Amino acid sequence: MRHTISIFVDNESGVLSRIAGLFSARGFNIESLNVAPTEDPETSRITLVTTGDDFIIQQIIKRFNNMVNVIRVTDLSDANRVEREMALIKIKTTEKNRAEILRIVDIFRAKVVDTSIKSYTIEITGDIEKVGGFIELLKPFGIKEIARTGTVAMTRENKIKAK
Amino acid sequence: MAKMLGAEMFFETLIHEGVDVVFGLPGGYVLKVYDVMRKYEDRLTHVLARHEQAATHMADGYARVSGKPGVVLCTSGPAATNTVTGIATAQMDSSPIVIFTGQVPTQYLGSDAFQEADHIGITMPCTKHNFLVRKTADLPKTMLEAFHIATTGRPSPVLVDMPKDVLIGEDTLKIPKDINIRGYKPKLKGDAAKIKKAVSMIQQAKKPMVFCGGGVVCANAHKELRKFIKRFQIPVCSTLMGLGAVDPADPLYVNFLGMHGSYAANMTVHESDLVIAIGARFDDRATGGKFDEFAPNAKIIHIDIDPATIDKNITVHCDVIGDAKEVLNQLMAALPAKLKHDRKPWLSQIKEWQVKHPLLPNKHKKNKISTTCTIDLLSKMTNGEAIICSDVGQHQMWLAQFYKFKQPRQWINSGGLGTMGFGFPAAIGAKFAAPDKQVIAVCGDGSFQMNFQELATAVENRMDLKIVLFNNNHHGMVRQWQTMFFDSNYASSKFDVLPDFKMLAECFGATGLRATKPEEVEATLKEGLNTKGVVLMEIVADPEEMVYPMITPGGAMNDMILQPVDVA
Repeated sequence: MRHTISIFVDNESGVLSRIAGLFSARGFNIESLNVAPTEDPETSRITLVTTGDDFIIQQIIKRFNNMVNVIRVTDLSDANRVEREMALIKIKTTEKNRAEILRIVDIFRAKVVDTSIKSYTIEITGDIEKVGGFIELLKPFGIKEIARTGTVAMTRENKIKAK
Repeated sequence: MAKMLGAEMFFETLIHEGVDVVFGLPGGYVLKVYDVMRKYEDRLTHVLARHEQAATHMADGYARVSGKPGVVLCTSGPAATNTVTGIATAQMDSSPIVIFTGQVPTQYLGSDAFQEADHIGITMPCTKHNFLVRKTADLPKTMLEAFHIATTGRPSPVLVDMPKDVLIGEDTLKIPKDINIRGYKPKLKGDAAKIKKAVSMIQQAKKPMVFCGGGVVCANAHKELRKFIKRFQIPVCSTLMGLGAVDPADPLYVNFLGMHGSYAANMTVHESDLVIAIGARFDDRATGGKFDEFAPNAKIIHIDIDPATIDKNITVHCDVIGDAKEVLNQLMAALPAKLKHDRKPWLSQIKEWQVKHPLLPNKHKKNKISTTCTIDLLSKMTNGEAIICSDVGQHQMWLAQFYKFKQPRQWINSGGLGTMGFGFPAAIGAKFAAPDKQVIAVCGDGSFQMNFQELATAVENRMDLKIVLFNNNHHGMVRQWQTMFFDSNYASSKFDVLPDFKMLAECFGATGLRATKPEEVEATLKEGLNTKGVVLMEIVADPEEMVYPMITPGGAMNDMILQPVDVA
């Protein structure tokens, strides 16, 4: 199962490799990883997405909790949550398809942030399905480059209910 | 306030922490520390090890016997990488040691400078935490945090990396009064709801047993455990690491459990209806490794300080996170004075198993010395009161089976990592922790060859330390597995060349003794144990003796090979 895990850590060197080390020790892959400081500059928030055996992921989460640099860990997978990701996509354009691409950008409420005669760079924000769907639609035009932030997530303010 | 060197702050903080012995070896980037050491020699002893791995085992042995943190000091690069085996050994057995390594100056970090290695990266998976100190002023606080982390919660190694500029730099000494680490708050008291649940499970059980692990020893909870089992008449079996927590003479003590545990102990676990595991982690050597057939009819209560051990191997019905001592006290307070179930049928069933397949030492064969018989004799001669530091292999299992440890912290061995070469240096550390006790390193010929250079350290420190070396000319446990599972193909398990161990001891300035025949064993042990100084007693043992019973690897706990397999 896919797990979105939120980890609050000390904002200092080496913390990320401690976190990542627990995954490699179990032979697990991290699908996406996002790290940035929170409102408190001494604390960073890591949002980590991984897929794997639930049991082993629970064990990894317990070990996160044991880490001295980890302040709090939440597995958001069962929580009512907001998940977002941003992607920058550079796409080849021709005179003929530029309008069509703009229509798709419009439908997805994405925006063009850079342009040249032969390309657009498009910014899109959304959950993983939306970003994935958008990329699929653009593929036939010829994608030159993609940069994705990885998922960031937060629980919704109304009550968190387990599935 | 006058400024002082980082190197001086290092000693000031150690002394503040109550450290009185450091095991180490000098080198490039810690030379300033060694340079200022003489000012502190009245308050702190430095033991010069011959190898950093051995220094780490010494600190480990010291920590396990004293319950206080063991301290290692060494330089960077190869010195630090040499400590890794020792650190991993201590981590697997939950031993609190703090390792201080020198490091290249901060401006050269990551530049492949001479004797540079990434100590933080290398030791990350085998320490509870590690620190790179960047400023001289930070050194005392970081050191105190390291000691705090190492000794609280689940005890474990912590490494502090000290770049040269931090040690030769100057600043004002500031030793903080309290340590507060926001991400680290170990829980000592068991959750009230969990205690309630455990209490009801204990009240309902007809065939309960205590699965006593090393955590009982770490938490100094043996007195509480002895009281607990006596009051509720619950039999107890011990893992390798829990030996000594309960006196083997206690009628409720069944025996040592696990791969080479006694028939009765393993059957007690298997047939029980409630396993109360305290400070144990259900590893494959304790359970046989067939986790889904572990105690099939039992409910399981798991008491442990480390939440990450819960459900790791065995899924449990009730977990109580907390310190073993605290939780046992909570349970005793919450349980009624007596339990209603009659314990007689269960205890007599266990007695039956004990009588049916008792765990007994072998006898010497004609002209061939039995190791089990010798260990049994050693146990009697020392009244089960010596501190025994074991190496790894057959002799380790036989010590667990036949040495009757009366008290905890008497049995020092590498249970988790199985580090050969651990026993002898650990004994040096143990003797520093308990100078008035009889300390005996029990080694195999294979293991002893991995760290015998420390004979120099022992002799240099005029130690009163005994070594019983069982020489069967083989890696005995490897040989046993080859006999049982590899058609007696003894690939690389026999030594064609071995040192003359008696002469080896003598050339270091120690005393060497040797017994080659059964009738010489008692006299050799007697002479050796009564001779002052470092004494090595070589016992030339029968290589064909094997460790039984044995749970079939990957089997359940009732799946034991009891009889020696006849090998043609």
